[in-house]
Amino acid sequence: MRFFREVFSPPFEIKEIIRQCYEIGWKSFPLISLTGFIVGFVFTKQSRPSLEEFGATSWLPALISIAIVRALAPLVTALIASGKVGSQIGAELSSMNVTEQIDAMEVSGTNPFKFLIVSRIIATTFMIPVLCFYVAGIGLAGGYLSIISKDQLSVLSYITQVFEAIAPKDIFAMVFRSVAFGFTIGFVSTYVGYYSSKGTEGVGKAANSAVVASMFIVFIEELLIVQILALLG
Amino acid sequence: MEEKNYKDINYNEVIVHVNDVSKSFGDLTVLQNVDLKLYQGENLVVLGRSGTGKSVLIKLISGLLKPDSGDIHVLGEKVNSLNDKELRELRLKIGFSFQNSALYDSMTVRENLEFPLVRNKRNLTRAEINKEVEDVLDGVGLLRTINQMPSELSGGQRKRIGIARTLILRPDIMMYDEPTAGLDPLTCLDINSLINEVQERYKTSSIIITHDLACAKMVGDRVAMLLDGKFERVGKFAEIFDTEDQRVKPFYDYNFIV
Repeated sequence: MRFFREVFSPPFEIKEIIRQCYEIGWKSFPLISLTGFIVGFVFTKQSRPSLEEFGATSWLPALISIAIVRALAPLVTALIASGKVGSQIGAELSSMNVTEQIDAMEVSGTNPFKFLIVSRIIATTFMIPVLCFYVAGIGLAGGYLSIISKDQLSVLSYITQVFEAIAPKDIFAMVFRSVAFGFTIGFVSTYVGYYSSKGTEGVGKAANSAVVASMFIVFIEELLIVQILALLG
Repeated sequence: MEEKNYKDINYNEVIVHVNDVSKSFGDLTVLQNVDLKLYQGENLVVLGRSGTGKSVLIKLISGLLKPDSGDIHVLGEKVNSLNDKELRELRLKIGFSFQNSALYDSMTVRENLEFPLVRNKRNLTRAEINKEVEDVLDGVGLLRTINQMPSELSGGQRKRIGIARTLILRPDIMMYDEPTAGLDPLTCLDINSLINEVQERYKTSSIIITHDLACAKMVGDRVAMLLDGKFERVGKFAEIFDTEDQRVKPFYDYNFIV
């Protein structure tokens, strides 16, 4: 509740939000690029034999796009971010807690909740969807490379088939999922870091809890969102 | 070492009044019905063994912790009944120098000093902010470190930068938590001199938490000794140790004889 109260009240820590977007988003690009590409490539490679049995390899672009946009991109992005961003935020805030840096902010007339927590939750909620779109793009590129390693298919034809297979509601579902996952990762990791127990053991525990709890909640959310979207048609 | 004799203290004006305050953590009672007054312009040293609640006391005064019972008045405001906004405004008048300096390790020295300034004095121009930062850093003799990261500084330098960061908001009251802990004797002397300089130059009233008697003697206008959760001895340095009390005497003997 405090988050929603603080997020709309000035002063707005714009500079810190931008810095966090850079830390969370830009610095995750190498890892996200590699993972997204491999997921797209491997998924296509593994799907091919099943389609080949029915002589339906021409359906690969459609299958890849649906799988990536509807499920793989948000989930892969969220899991990678839980590991990289979640542990980073959990450890950083916890070590600030141990070294009294949070108390130092408090006594210097700064609202540490707003500066440290609100800015990071906003940044993850905004950047995870951005990363998710990127993962979808790079995953589709991986899928294309996997296809052309065996078949002949032009880029234009591949892109056309990809976009024919996905509907606006799929894009909406991807955005909805990634926003929810981004908020969850930010919320969980800042919470465990900010309220961690003191001592070096607390830092390790906070980093670990941030990852484990974020991943666990992301999977639960995925399950719920799939059910909700299925009900909505 | 001469005992301190600072004249510019107004013993009629109470800046901080700790009145019948108790604080426990679980079953452990740290402070029990504690009373203490800090007067305008004085350096009050709080002495005591490790774990006796000295740091808890200044965290209570600055509102980082809440007392279980009793009242704390700072500059006429009752700290334990202020809301978040009022507390934040009051804290701007209280400088807090942490035991481990608590510098923001992701920021340079300049950014550390700018941090409280840009958040609390939003009408300052960039040139004014730079001047303030450079003036305060120069005051603690560390202008050359302005672009360094905290990890590149020595323990003594970190202490000085920590003090500079609190001074940048021109507080009326300073709280020093173990300012000489972990420093070599000469750096301790430097820090003690700096505490006295701050008192004279910025006209602050200060509470200095320490178990270092050399520090207490050099910077304290009065000394309050915390024994078994209470201030049982408060007065000038010489008065405090003019006793055969076996809870006090070994403290002095260890520091000045052993």
